[in-house]
Amino acid sequence: MKKTYKIEVDCANCANKMEEAAKKTPGVRDAVVNFMTLKMSVEFEDGADIKAVMKEVVKNCKIVEDDCEIYL
Amino acid sequence: MSKKQKKVLMRIICSTIFIIILSLLPIEGYVRFGLFMVPYLIIGYDILKKAIKGILKRQVFDENFLMAVATVGAIILGDYTEGVAVMLFYQIGELFQSYAVGKSRRNISELMDIRPDYANVEVDGKLEKIDPDEVKMGSMIVVKPGEKVPIDGIIVDGNATLNTSALTGESMPREVTLGDEVISGCINMNGVLKIQTTKEFGESTVSKILDLVENASSKKSKSENFITKFARIYTPFVCYAALALAVLPPLFSMLILKADANWQVWVYRALTFLVISCPCALVISIPLSFFAGIGGASKKGILVKGSNYLEILADTKYVVFDKTGTMTQGVFEVSGIHHNHIADEKLLEYAALAESYSSHPISLSIKRAYGKDIDQSRVRNIEEISGHGVVAQIDGVTVAAGNSKLMNQLGIEYKDCHHIGTVIHMAIDGTYEGHILISDILKPTAKEAVRKLKKTGVAKTVMLTGDSKAVADKIAEELQIEEVYSELLPADKVTKVEELLSQKRNKEKLAFVGDGINDAPVLSRADIGIAMGALGSDAAIEAADIVLMDDDPVKIATAIQISKKCLRIVYENIYFAIGIKLFCLFLGAIGIANMWAAIFADVGVMVIAVLNAVRVLYIRNR
Repeated sequence: MKKTYKIEVDCANCANKMEEAAKKTPGVRDAVVNFMTLKMSVEFEDGADIKAVMKEVVKNCKIVEDDCEIYL
Repeated sequence: MSKKQKKVLMRIICSTIFIIILSLLPIEGYVRFGLFMVPYLIIGYDILKKAIKGILKRQVFDENFLMAVATVGAIILGDYTEGVAVMLFYQIGELFQSYAVGKSRRNISELMDIRPDYANVEVDGKLEKIDPDEVKMGSMIVVKPGEKVPIDGIIVDGNATLNTSALTGESMPREVTLGDEVISGCINMNGVLKIQTTKEFGESTVSKILDLVENASSKKSKSENFITKFARIYTPFVCYAALALAVLPPLFSMLILKADANWQVWVYRALTFLVISCPCALVISIPLSFFAGIGGASKKGILVKGSNYLEILADTKYVVFDKTGTMTQGVFEVSGIHHNHIADEKLLEYAALAESYSSHPISLSIKRAYGKDIDQSRVRNIEEISGHGVVAQIDGVTVAAGNSKLMNQLGIEYKDCHHIGTVIHMAIDGTYEGHILISDILKPTAKEAVRKLKKTGVAKTVMLTGDSKAVADKIAEELQIEEVYSELLPADKVTKVEELLSQKRNKEKLAFVGDGINDAPVLSRADIGIAMGALGSDAAIEAADIVLMDDDPVKIATAIQISKKCLRIVYENIYFAIGIKLFCLFLGAIGIANMWAAIFADVGVMVIAVLNAVRVLYIRNR
């Protein structure tokens, strides 16, 4: 299962940090943040509760970069 | 500029004015400190706030935190102007970055903007503008002059000239009329078209292309991954180095040399390190370059499915072509009429009439070459001799049209053709009247395409074809293609490409160019698959890594050119940014570079790298 979300972030390095944080979130198989198109595509593990996982992803991203937004 | 950016700009202007005034005033001591805190807080309050949040979340290598430490440190050391100035320049850099990135993001998106905003659907006799997403398959839509065709479909009424430039990069007008298929994304230049949609918007060409291009920069290149990794190590490394620089030399001089510790000097140098520690210039310029490369390519009708493919394309040394449909037009055409006594026109007319009841590709090509309406009532007693040809009565004379076997059978002496292709011998009332040569003709730009490829540094060109050796060799010679393999079955093409792949060195890449219809396995087997003539071919868009929207083989060289320029700029930025940063770190460590130099290494380098990246967009046609 793969989903793409629109994001808001100001710097490229922060985007990389968000990608890293999203990848480390349980339930996420892989994540790619595209700074140029301001999109995050998340591949979930089978059977993962997408809503709950994304909540965690947002939380983890906020830790590494306070000034970011993921539009769920 | 966005509201956020305008606010930052205001803060920058205010604090700049403040600093200038303050540096002219003869004030000392606490008053000076207090007054300098005003511009400092104006420009840096958000950074300080984020830094505190970062500390609470234990994000030590957060750039806000580093900037805060550097500037607060400078202020504590008494360098008020520098402390405030570093913060000011940092903000200017951030503002520039966000402005430049936002602007190129918009520019590049505009290049790719082929998304139709609405579809005109007839509801109760009135036209209504509807979101293309909501139009059901099989609906009737109307496209007026100047509008984009929103959804793929078939014309049920009207005719018009379509401009395909948004898709192909070439403004070759395309005439369409009743019954023709039209592809979304084309612009209707004149005439009103009534179209029955054959797909939903999401399945239409335009959506597929948009989807592909938008996702392209998500497939990250090796250089991008390298920089991400580098950035992850770089910042902590510089920070620890700063810490070491602040502590070790003073301790060394104090304990071992028994000299003055000079804390202030070393702490200052450490702070300059922190200013240089932000990896932003690197991290931003690489994806921006690739994004610009992909955008620039799509403007020329070249769709690149990922940044990584641009990287491979730049290293392409071998280009393998499919013949039919790639270098040739893939349609048979009359390419010559020889040894005739009567006029070409007349001979062609006889041939067209004789073949008038046949739908064989060869017959069709003759009829196409004749180009006029055929009055079948002039033709009588048609006798088709399978595998030989046709004999018929036309306007009272007996016309025989066929191959050499037919001529032999009729006992007519004929002249062989030394050109390559299919030959139709013609005899009228038992007398040989010459022959018509039909062949698959080369694309007008095929020769130029090969020449340009060599100019861009391709070492070897190879052609694969299922066609006969004679035809293949001749075409290869004409186009100056070095190697040619003929009479191949589709499976043989895969084997051949594998063979070529095993012969080359690892760093050299092999590209296969085909029309994507029956060479999907070869396209995926090659290092990089380029499909051409993809306008309307889903198969090609699926199978290939790079898609040329039109039929022009010259675009292969253009694509390589773009990729090379893109990669050159990427490397320039990597070397330049890392080089300047290391250089400034070195100068900072030995005390030559002060904080002003450090802030240049950070902000200046980023500005230059971003401007350099945007340069990818401008590709000259050579």
